[in-house]
Amino acid sequence: MSTIQHDKFEAVIGLEVHAQLLTQSKAFAPVSTEFGGAPNTQVTPLCLGHPGTLPVLNENLVRYTVRMGLATGCKIAEKSIFARKNYFYPDLPKGYQISQYETPICYDGEIEIELDNGRKRIGITRIHMEEDAGKSIHDRDPVNTLVDLNRAGVPLIEIVSEPDLRTPGEAYAYLKKIRQIVQYLEICDGNMEEGSLRCDANVSVRPRGESAFGTRTELKNMNSFRNVERAIQFEIDRQIELIESGGEVVQETLLWDPDKLQTRQMRSKEEAHDYRYFPEPDIPPVVLEEDFVDEVRQNLPEMPESRRERFEKQLGLNSDDARTLTENRYLADYYEEILEYLDNPKAAANLVMTEVLRVLNEQSIDIQDFPVRPKPLADLIRLKQDEKINSSAMQKIFNRMLEQEEEPEKLAGEMNLLQISEEGFVEPIIREVLDAHPDEVMRYREGKKQLIGFFIGQVMQKSKGQANPKQVRELLTKKLDQIEKS
Amino acid sequence: MAEIRSTREQLENGEITLPEVADHYLTRIREEDSTVNAFVSVDEEEVLDTAARIQKKIDEGRAGTLAGSVIGIKDLICEKGKITSCASAILKNFESIYDATVIERLRKEDALLIGRLNMDEFAMGSSTENTIYGPTRNPLDTERVSGGSSGGSAAAVAADFCNAALGSDTGGSIRQPASYCGVVGLKPTYGRVSRHGLVAYASSFDGIGPMTSNVRDAAKILKVIAGYDSRDNTTARVKVPDYESYLEQSGKLKVGVPSEYFGEGLNEEVRRNVEELLEKLERRGDIERVPVEMPHMEYSIATYYVLATAEASSNLARYDGVRYGHRAQIEEVHREIDREKKEIEEQIRQADGEEKTKLSETLAGLNSPLIRLYKKSRTEGFGREVKRRILLGTYVLSAGYYDAYYAKAQKVRRLIREDFDRAFSDVDLIVSPTAPTTAFHLGENQDDPVRMYLNDIYTAPANLAGICAISLPAGAEENGLPTGIQFMADRFREDLLFRAGRKVEQLLS
Repeated sequence: MSTIQHDKFEAVIGLEVHAQLLTQSKAFAPVSTEFGGAPNTQVTPLCLGHPGTLPVLNENLVRYTVRMGLATGCKIAEKSIFARKNYFYPDLPKGYQISQYETPICYDGEIEIELDNGRKRIGITRIHMEEDAGKSIHDRDPVNTLVDLNRAGVPLIEIVSEPDLRTPGEAYAYLKKIRQIVQYLEICDGNMEEGSLRCDANVSVRPRGESAFGTRTELKNMNSFRNVERAIQFEIDRQIELIESGGEVVQETLLWDPDKLQTRQMRSKEEAHDYRYFPEPDIPPVVLEEDFVDEVRQNLPEMPESRRERFEKQLGLNSDDARTLTENRYLADYYEEILEYLDNPKAAANLVMTEVLRVLNEQSIDIQDFPVRPKPLADLIRLKQDEKINSSAMQKIFNRMLEQEEEPEKLAGEMNLLQISEEGFVEPIIREVLDAHPDEVMRYREGKKQLIGFFIGQVMQKSKGQANPKQVRELLTKKLDQIEKS
Repeated sequence: MAEIRSTREQLENGEITLPEVADHYLTRIREEDSTVNAFVSVDEEEVLDTAARIQKKIDEGRAGTLAGSVIGIKDLICEKGKITSCASAILKNFESIYDATVIERLRKEDALLIGRLNMDEFAMGSSTENTIYGPTRNPLDTERVSGGSSGGSAAAVAADFCNAALGSDTGGSIRQPASYCGVVGLKPTYGRVSRHGLVAYASSFDGIGPMTSNVRDAAKILKVIAGYDSRDNTTARVKVPDYESYLEQSGKLKVGVPSEYFGEGLNEEVRRNVEELLEKLERRGDIERVPVEMPHMEYSIATYYVLATAEASSNLARYDGVRYGHRAQIEEVHREIDREKKEIEEQIRQADGEEKTKLSETLAGLNSPLIRLYKKSRTEGFGREVKRRILLGTYVLSAGYYDAYYAKAQKVRRLIREDFDRAFSDVDLIVSPTAPTTAFHLGENQDDPVRMYLNDIYTAPANLAGICAISLPAGAEENGLPTGIQFMADRFREDLLFRAGRKVEQLLS
């Protein structure tokens, strides 16, 4: 990626993020939203745009959106209005999309993103409710475009940021933060590749120090976090180069091509649609009672910041560990579930952050798909805590648990990794070791006390790792002292 | 014509059977409707089968409250498995896959649905001449229109083809034809009757209502079709009273008379009939007349045609030939594009300089086959009046015009509503003629849309305000054509309309 270092310019970026909501049924029709059904099986006459059908508002669409609004510090409109966005397309069965226009349900919020050089607040202009369109499929039939209307009417929220972002990195961090929030709220699964989280960007550049905005372009089709960052960088570079070479940025909509790593024009300003928005007459204004908003507020889950703080204060984790563990809601949930069976937050944190995260990265899976449940993992940690196994044994057993669903203690036994703490087991070995190394014993007695490590190592080796190092150290010290005195 | 309850009595006494009643109407339709043209389809076999089934329930004493009613349905109310064409070529062969809520409710109470009724295409019109089935003629004078858009419904009741019909009213489409054909037409309060299954023209105005030969039947049918419906978010959770029980309620009604409704453009005989009727009612002590002011009434037609067409332009977008309804021949679309391309390419060869660039741009800007298919399907499928209203509605919503038209009309709509609120804080009812004239001749207003639109001048305000209104026969012109009187009442006060209607009926009988 070419990075142009034009200190003269700064970019102004605003993001529009669409999040598909995890409601059971569609925004305006009592039919399943589940992903992956046979084409056109999850439809009602409304989804097909049949004459005489009416949209019926799904209350959970409102509830989920208010949840998002509250979590991002938005004001919640007492009264908000649905509007029709009119345009023709085969996957838009009614000829209009039900959305919100002049009066969104949430507005004036902000979120905080974390950057290498500190934190930054990004304003949220508005969050509004709308419905998804169907899917046009262009590559299944040699002649025709096929239309699947299962997705038509699936509820979405659109989250519009203020033009507060200045770099592709900030845009990336903002988008990650939005995903973290929707996942914490359990209103969207946040999967960009499958399209349940989508992002468009408005990008412009201006001379540093200038307060007026430059002409902006709109970027679409960035279907991964990485592509969002790349596409915005590409567009900033393109605009600066254009201006530097005496050209002018024109307002247009651009599509990102992830294969060629460049943008191409989708439509010019002249071709921009006139959507002829007007209030949706079939759905009365959404009037929110205070009780409703209060109920949603009271049922908000703990958000990442407060969870992190709690992990630090209550569990005594350091702030880096607390951040890593709370980054993903489901990882934090997993971690806390371990603590239901084990009162050792630090040991649990260590295991999750080293072993569990390693496996998730290696196998590219989510914590939800991690094969070991929290309880057996707690049992494993307890084995170590109770000195029944040592650290290297713990790691071996952990790896076995990934493949075999079995109690860790039993696995430890099968693998001969249980420590044996009976003196009768370790005493003969100690005697053997001391007898075999008279010189070292002599030097120890002369004051070279650090040789204790050498003896312990020898004993552990001879015991095939099954001796308890702590016990070995105690017994060795005692034995050597006795020899000294004698 | 008999009230439904007397037919019911005869059925229960065994004097007649419902299949006989059905046969009577079917015979009349067969004999007379070739002239009137009220029905677009009647399935005789199905009607007789259903009649026999309801008769069985009557015999067993478990029939619903509407057993004995024989009801025609305007062709824009969905009946499962039946063509619901809205009198439009674009839906000529469209079969609905579900029942409208009103249809379910009528069936549940054992109404016998006799057939589908003619109308102006998508309920746009005041004469039932904008229809692919040919006009519905006025049974009282077949050279004249039946009114519209529910002309088929009004004519069917007037011609005794059925004892009631359902119509829909967006700006007067129940009341004006009722007035022209001399029947009772009720436009219920917005939100009183579910619109689920009513093909939308202008969603914030549309309403289904009964058209009957007498007030009692209108009350009886409203009771059945009214009420909250979880499938229509705009229906109200307001209790449905037993409207029939209000019919004979005594007490003087305070009736507001707005001078704005008796001004220029009103036919003298229509005015005289209304005024004489009101005088007589007052002399009998039934009503007390007081003047009321409706200062924004003069803007109602303009306001109505801005807002209703705006909604229509969006509501009718779904008829694109993609999923159902009329679709133009795609081969023809491709041929047209190829022909145009060739023509332009030929011109390009002969042109040079600026013109050549221009022509190349035209060539590049040619619509895709998809856009062409939309345009051609809709051009072929919609009639002139529907196209006119789609264009008008698209225009008033367009960027740069929205504020001047749509937004302003919304404000005026609020003012009109406030006029009514103010008036109803003092009076029970507001009275007016239903339409400025009696039924006009076929073809008379076809070339003058504005004159046609003025038919709605007294009826559209009730739709703008969302209140309820009823049209009743108010005598006749010297030439025998019926004139109409309209009563309007506040939201959910249909009971007052029925009380007033009953008084008019008693006076004229």
